[in-house]
Amino acid sequence: MSGHEQFADDLALYALDALQGQERANLEQHLATCAACKRELEQLRGDTALLALSTLGPKPPQRARQRLLDAVAKEAPMTSRARLQGVPNHEVRTRSWWPWLGWAATAAVVLFAVSLGKENYELKRDLRLVSSILSQRTQDLEQARNLANSLTDPDSQHFTLVAMKTPPQPQGKAIYLRKRSSLIFMANNMPSLPSQKAYELWLIPMEGAPIPAGTFKPDAHGSATVINPPLPRGMHAKAFAITVENEAGAATPTMPIVMMGTGE
Amino acid sequence: MFSPLLLQSGESWCAYFQQGRDFALSSPERQGVAPDLAAVVAMKAGDQGALAELYDRYSSVVYAVALRVLGDAGAAEDVLQEVFLQLWRNPAGFDAARGSLGAWLAVISRNRAIDFLRRRRPDTDIEDVVLSVAPDLAAEADRSRAAEKIRGVLGTMPVPQRSALEMAYFEGMSHSEIASKTGEPLGTIKTRIRAGLMALRKAFQT
Repeated sequence: MSGHEQFADDLALYALDALQGQERANLEQHLATCAACKRELEQLRGDTALLALSTLGPKPPQRARQRLLDAVAKEAPMTSRARLQGVPNHEVRTRSWWPWLGWAATAAVVLFAVSLGKENYELKRDLRLVSSILSQRTQDLEQARNLANSLTDPDSQHFTLVAMKTPPQPQGKAIYLRKRSSLIFMANNMPSLPSQKAYELWLIPMEGAPIPAGTFKPDAHGSATVINPPLPRGMHAKAFAITVENEAGAATPTMPIVMMGTGE
Repeated sequence: MFSPLLLQSGESWCAYFQQGRDFALSSPERQGVAPDLAAVVAMKAGDQGALAELYDRYSSVVYAVALRVLGDAGAAEDVLQEVFLQLWRNPAGFDAARGSLGAWLAVISRNRAIDFLRRRRPDTDIEDVVLSVAPDLAAEADRSRAAEKIRGVLGTMPVPQRSALEMAYFEGMSHSEIASKTGEPLGTIKTRIRAGLMALRKAFQT
């Protein structure tokens, strides 16, 4: 018995799962209503089973039987009723790993990409934070530098105020912060010195020898500054003094002391 | 990875079946189905021995087809396992009164093997697999005889016809794929395949 001739060829292909696309859709639509074609399809599928039979010969290995029975015994027992009703079980995980490997690899790649993305986000966030801290610090440094530069800039004007009718005298002011070992010293009206000589500033501690606190030469106006010379930490300063030394400075003061001042 | 291979909704299935039921049951091949029927019913009730019996009867068919498609014994064994496990898990998917279990298993085995070959998800259209087949596949002796006869027919078939059949069946190629591989027009491929199936059918009608 054959169905409609126009679908005859398509039916044969369909039986082999070789029909695709629009032709397949058309045929399926036709099959929904045509009993004759359905019967022919049934026949054709039977014919394809003959193709399957042609392969007969090799036997499966013995262990396969036991493997199946073991797997079946391990299965969560379904109630007879459920089985008779045809409740489908979960999809089986077979030993065949090849298709699974593809999915597992994809999943692994996706997970890795996600973790990389997260790490990237965190790194960027940290970078932004560090950048903002850096810019703040840079600003602060800039301010401090400006302050220091103002004191020493040759264009800075120094004014010394003395009582009226008093000729200008050599004068020095030292501002010392013990906890930071920081020292700012300014002098004015200092007499100029021969070229190989310089004034040296000394920190006079509570006890012990005077400590070198930097050398300076007055400019044309007689002004000079010393800012934050290296000093031992946390020295208690009883007084500051100035002597005249060689340009390179000295480790111990050379008498006489030309200027001195105790704390205010 | 493999979705349940058997039809979920019995509705449309059964409606169709009502029509062909009487016709189906009256076919001569139905007699050979009786032992299968008993085993399937027992299996539905949870009888593992019944599954073993069906396995003993049809494992060679399932394995042989899978092996021919995949060319790998390990993979063929996996398909074998898969097919029988699915039968165990969802026996209601096969109605023994509707067709030959052996032929049905062969179709399922071939389709699973093709899916595996092409690394694709199983085509869910597998469900409405109803087929009537002339030789009784239940008995091994009958099968071997039938197999030899079929191999004979294939041997005498014109080579392009045989190779078109094999490309479609054992390699799962679509008709357009076969057409582009052979360089033949689509219409020619269709005719060849149909003619090949007819030749096989005729060998068992005489």
